[in-house]
Amino acid sequence: MRKNLNVIAAYSIMMGLIILVGIFQSWNIALSIFNLCLISAVMTMGANIQWGYAGLINFGIMGFTALGGLAAVLISVNPVQEAWSAGGINILLSLFLIIGIVLAVRFVLKRYQKSKIRNYIIAAIIIGGIIIIRLVSEPGIEAIEEVNPARTGFLGGLGLPIIFSWIVGAFFAGGLAFVIGKVALGLRADYLAIATLLISEIVIAIIKHEDWLTRGVKNVIGLKRPAPYEVNLQEIEWFINLVEKFNSGKLALISDITERQTALNQFVIEGSSVFVKLCYSGLFLVVVIILLILTQKALYSPWGRMMRAIRDNEEAANAMGKNVVKQHLLIFVLGSAIVGIAGAMLVTQDGLFTPGSYRPLRYTFLIWVMVIVGGSGNNFGAILGGFVVWFLWIEAAPIGLYLVNLTTAGLEDTHFLKVHLIESVPYFRFLMMGIGLLLIMRYRPKGILPEKIEIK
Amino acid sequence: MDALNALILLLNYIFVPALAYGSQLAIGAIFVTLIYGILRFANFATGDMMSFGTMVAILFTWYFQSIGLSLGFLPTALLAIPFAILFMGLYMLIIDKFVFKYYRLNKSPPVQLAMVSIGVMFVTQAVVRIIIGPSDRRFFDGEKFLIRANEFKEMTGLNEGLAIKSTQVITIVVTIILVSTLFWFLNKTKTGKSMRAYSDNEDLALLSGIDPKKIVMITWMIAAILATIGGVLYGLDKSFKPFTYFNNMLPIFAAAIVGGIGNPFGAFLGGYVIAFSEILLTYAYKKFFMYVLPQSMEPDGLIQLLSTDYKFAVSFSILVIVLLYRPSGIFKGKIL
Repeated sequence: MRKNLNVIAAYSIMMGLIILVGIFQSWNIALSIFNLCLISAVMTMGANIQWGYAGLINFGIMGFTALGGLAAVLISVNPVQEAWSAGGINILLSLFLIIGIVLAVRFVLKRYQKSKIRNYIIAAIIIGGIIIIRLVSEPGIEAIEEVNPARTGFLGGLGLPIIFSWIVGAFFAGGLAFVIGKVALGLRADYLAIATLLISEIVIAIIKHEDWLTRGVKNVIGLKRPAPYEVNLQEIEWFINLVEKFNSGKLALISDITERQTALNQFVIEGSSVFVKLCYSGLFLVVVIILLILTQKALYSPWGRMMRAIRDNEEAANAMGKNVVKQHLLIFVLGSAIVGIAGAMLVTQDGLFTPGSYRPLRYTFLIWVMVIVGGSGNNFGAILGGFVVWFLWIEAAPIGLYLVNLTTAGLEDTHFLKVHLIESVPYFRFLMMGIGLLLIMRYRPKGILPEKIEIK
Repeated sequence: MDALNALILLLNYIFVPALAYGSQLAIGAIFVTLIYGILRFANFATGDMMSFGTMVAILFTWYFQSIGLSLGFLPTALLAIPFAILFMGLYMLIIDKFVFKYYRLNKSPPVQLAMVSIGVMFVTQAVVRIIIGPSDRRFFDGEKFLIRANEFKEMTGLNEGLAIKSTQVITIVVTIILVSTLFWFLNKTKTGKSMRAYSDNEDLALLSGIDPKKIVMITWMIAAILATIGGVLYGLDKSFKPFTYFNNMLPIFAAAIVGGIGNPFGAFLGGYVIAFSEILLTYAYKKFFMYVLPQSMEPDGLIQLLSTDYKFAVSFSILVIVLLYRPSGIFKGKIL
């Protein structure tokens, strides 16, 4: 118990902060912070597996998140029949062509010795294939995008419950990670960072501009929900009774019946959105706990020991007969798959998919700040990092505003410096993140909750 | 005549813009490569350092404009560059003293320095946004075009016009001057040679009496010059927006690695490789073929290899291919 004291203390402080937000701002805000903290925690667990366990730098987190989000769209949206009949055949044909090209390249790679001619043949196959695919898919894509472009204009999805997409998102992200890993894992650490960063940008470019698949920058809105809708909740008897019970003290103070009724309605509206958020929190919490148990088990298993051995001394581990390349690939896929789950969860919570909102600062670098601040190699640390950093990211603006008001108290309200500073309050979050990261890296390089490995 | 028209078309839409864009990338790539070669880390704050330098230049430009100082047909920003470089150098030295120095002295692994540079990236981004705001800013003044499309058409009697913006010419001229001075400095002067020696083998360089403090300081100074000039040129040609500058870091990295990271000449060429392939692959060649081919063979489509949306993706794909087949870059890296 005693050795876990700092973990418990850190988490209680964090929960206390969120509860304070609930009391002073509103429970709605507190819960939305909490939900995003949970999603961030899943992302940091993914990144922590790669960086903390194996020392792999993955700056492509944004790409895997977006793929998870794409899974949510492709699973939950109802199929657009018209679009399928308009261009579905061309798309399916192109898909087979892609598979054919991959098989052809594999065949050439296996069959012939490494030579210049082989490279030319492969290049010819790929370029020729791309041209054929363009010719085949173009009419299909145009037909699909013409089907009611204001509302659909894409193929739609499978029409399944959105919760399945969390698993599918993991598979999507894992699949991409497998390809990237095959290609890029041999690179040196900083090259790998740059390569993954750029590959994730390519993924985003594709998601943004292939309208037939994702609607691109037109966004997909109104996704299905695993939780009830606020509007429906507000009409259900037991829910209204529940809200009445909760607020009976406040309601009793109001004597006028009509006034009491309007107050009750207000409480019901507020309560419904809190209730929905609580549903999400419950779902996310389940995911976080399952992942935490699995990752903890993995960390203390022989496999976890091997990963740390590879991380700390690759050559020695290799000499001991461990297959470093294979293990790196495995952990890269696993970590990315977890990030994919988080991506799907994020879209599920928002109920909309906006490819334009995926930016490296928010979805790659911020997650890295979380991992480093929290404590790489320690799952509890990574989760805590997700909580702390996301909390600060959201609350930086109010804190910044307070600080600005404090430091410029001597100035008049219309003074240009004060006005300018108050306008730029939203950017204080960057400053806070940067300074926080620099301080942690300098004075506590292992994070708030450092990695602690006991031999059992 | 048609052939001439086709040539002008390519010059106007591909060659001139790519040359200007490539020069801007090349300066940034040399900046990345210098930091990588001598200070030995991938600097993720590249784009934001460039935007900081540009911001200072813009502030000085505004000041000069307000007191009525101008360079006639040239943009006032050129006058502001030296002052901006001074501020930028100061900023970089401060960052180095408070942030990077500690890790350098501790001989931390490059990965850790790269992480630290992400912290610097956040801070710089915040500073830029707090001082000048996140919005789009144009600070170009003076003569906009050297040759206008209409004038060119009248002059030559061709169907296609050739428009050359003065910013494009300024970019190319400044790049030539800057890069040739830099190569002269690195190859001919004693300090430059000691920098190359330090980059090649740190221990040997220290043994032969090279002062590492001096090398590091000069590197940051050169970096400040490159970052400011590169940023200002880009801002003059397009416009200044902190977010775009942050994004520009990606093609700049691509250019540096394609050219062989740690090799300034490679980075210089890498900039053009990236710029030309981006524009060549996303240009719609329909009009070009209309001039070149006989009327009966006129193409129906746009003849565009990739849609312009994939402009960035092109450069990244090139990078991935280069990393796969020649991880050290087209020109061998790690030699300054």
